[in-house]
Amino acid sequence: MMMMPINPEVNTMEDMWELKLYVAGNTPKSATALENLKKYCEEHLFGKYRIEIIDLLVNPQLAEGDQIFAIPTLVKKVPEPIRRIIGDLSDKEKVLVGLNIIPVK
Amino acid sequence: MAETQKNKSNRSGLPYLHKSNSGISGLDEITGGGLPTGRPTLLCGEAGSGKTLMSVEFIVRGALEYNEPGVFMAFEEKAEELAMNVASLGFDLQKLQQDKKIRVDHVHIERSEIEETGEYDLDGLFIRLGHAIDSIGAKRVVLDTIENLFSGLSNQNILRAELRRLFHWLKSKGVTAIITAERGEGKLTRQGLEEYVSDCVILLDHRIVNQISTRRLRIVKYRGSVHGTNEYPFLIDEEGISVLPVTSLLLEKEVSMERVSSGIKSLDKMLGGEGFYKGSSILVSGTAGTGKTSIASYFANEACKRKERCIYFAFEESPNQIIRNMKSINIDLKKHVDDGFLLFNASRPTLYGLEMHLVSIYKMIRKFKPSVVILDPITNLITVGSVSEVKAMLIRLIDFLQDEQITVMFTALTLNTVVNEQTDEGVSSLVDSWLYVRDIELDGERNRGMYIMKSRGMNHSNQIREFIITDEGIDLMDLYLGPDGVLTGSARESQQLREKTGEALKNQAANRMDREISRKRKVLEAKISSLTTEFESIEEELNKVYLEETLKKQISDNNKEQILNLRTGQSKKKNDDDAN
Repeated sequence: MMMMPINPEVNTMEDMWELKLYVAGNTPKSATALENLKKYCEEHLFGKYRIEIIDLLVNPQLAEGDQIFAIPTLVKKVPEPIRRIIGDLSDKEKVLVGLNIIPVK
Repeated sequence: MAETQKNKSNRSGLPYLHKSNSGISGLDEITGGGLPTGRPTLLCGEAGSGKTLMSVEFIVRGALEYNEPGVFMAFEEKAEELAMNVASLGFDLQKLQQDKKIRVDHVHIERSEIEETGEYDLDGLFIRLGHAIDSIGAKRVVLDTIENLFSGLSNQNILRAELRRLFHWLKSKGVTAIITAERGEGKLTRQGLEEYVSDCVILLDHRIVNQISTRRLRIVKYRGSVHGTNEYPFLIDEEGISVLPVTSLLLEKEVSMERVSSGIKSLDKMLGGEGFYKGSSILVSGTAGTGKTSIASYFANEACKRKERCIYFAFEESPNQIIRNMKSINIDLKKHVDDGFLLFNASRPTLYGLEMHLVSIYKMIRKFKPSVVILDPITNLITVGSVSEVKAMLIRLIDFLQDEQITVMFTALTLNTVVNEQTDEGVSSLVDSWLYVRDIELDGERNRGMYIMKSRGMNHSNQIREFIITDEGIDLMDLYLGPDGVLTGSARESQQLREKTGEALKNQAANRMDREISRKRKVLEAKISSLTTEFESIEEELNKVYLEETLKKQISDNNKEQILNLRTGQSKKKNDDDAN
């Protein structure tokens, strides 16, 4: 589990994007996913996001709670609604739409 | 896995297939010991065919009866919904989960919540399942219904590859798994899962014929094992699933020499004096209103009197109706019901299909353990099946009952009065004894006649008996053979009366002759005595003459001597002497 740096200027919870990335070990797909995620967040959510990486090989019991069946899976719980994005996040537009960062075109 | 059964083909010492008992009644018989241990089994069928229920029962029975914990991964229902749905079968999933016997994991896949972006795999599912298996040491796994993945995810290529990997992974885990799948058009499953799971495939079917539904199960394939290939009907009721295996077709039954009374003494007499063989099958057939139910009730009554149990399957009348009607012929069935010896089971034949009837009959017999079973009447079953189907069902029933040494009596209504033409649903060749009750019409009366068409293995009467039902009960009379042929009913009675009158007259005549003779004897005797008297009087007369003659002679002799003496002078002296 590791925390990403938080921008001290944005501190209220409402504005925070809590993202969880579920991976299983250090696979190329997971690495790609994380890389892509970081890039999008820096571009669009700078300073108001938090990424939590959960390795299911270490904590398999967490898979059930968040309804994880595919790897890698990105879960956005806050802000509502809950969204799950699976895959290596290589499709930028889909990811941004999925996270409700940009509206559907 | 202590509970796995060894396959019988272990003679050569080659590796053999282990099997795990499913615990589902009847399924283990068909599969020869259960599902392949450590391999996945595909269970496919249409919606509502009982896939989920069967797989839940597999898990629960495994946990309760074979000490094999199980994981149920539900892709359709939530854990709570599932628990509620199977609670009606008496399965307490919550408690089993608390006891760490089973684990239910609901995989929620909602397409609207999921976005697919690029490459992914199903490692999450593997990890989840692996964790569930390891946490309770599961030996059994159910994936119900994994095809839901296809509706939630769009990348078919990934899914297919991952499913193939999943089934391999399950095998390597050594768990006995059931994977359920929806039936597809022209295929066993909609997504062609049979390509991946090929060790054992079971197909469930839910067919409706003539508006009556029957559930059936078929083992499509079972690699490395012999298995029943037929379609087997199964029943879902409050005790779960029971599959009905077609009983063995071998004719190797135990037979009994013991006899059981029919309850009608005169009928027993016709059957070699002792009644039917125990464990035999008896058919009572006849036209409407000939007293078939009465005969059956007598038989049931007799069994209960012997303190044996009896189940009466009524397909026409309600139990109360039968009890009331039989009271009129002096049989109190209510008492036996109260004492727990008699069990009525009344159901309309159309309630469910033939196979279902058979399954429910099996179940009741297994539970109640009767020694006598009555089916009244089998003719009505025709309404839910063809003649050949009914026959097939009855063959199986008779087979089963013979195995259990249960005596069974069927009644059958015959519509055709020509005996040789009708075959009573073709069961007449199956049964051991066949009683035939028929109408005999004579002189504007309808009477009943009964005879024994056949009774295997015993000396039986070849006579037709008149069958009489009175307030006192049933009785069989010798059929009256008068000078004008066979007589029944009042014709028989009047003939009997006539003969009685004739007899009285004859007796009267004989008496008169007797009296005449005795009178004649008296006259004769009187004559004899008068002749004797006559003879006696003649004899006396003769005697008198003799005496007189002798007396006369004596006197004359005396006189002569006196005269002589007088002449010789001595007469005086003599006279003196006489005077002295």
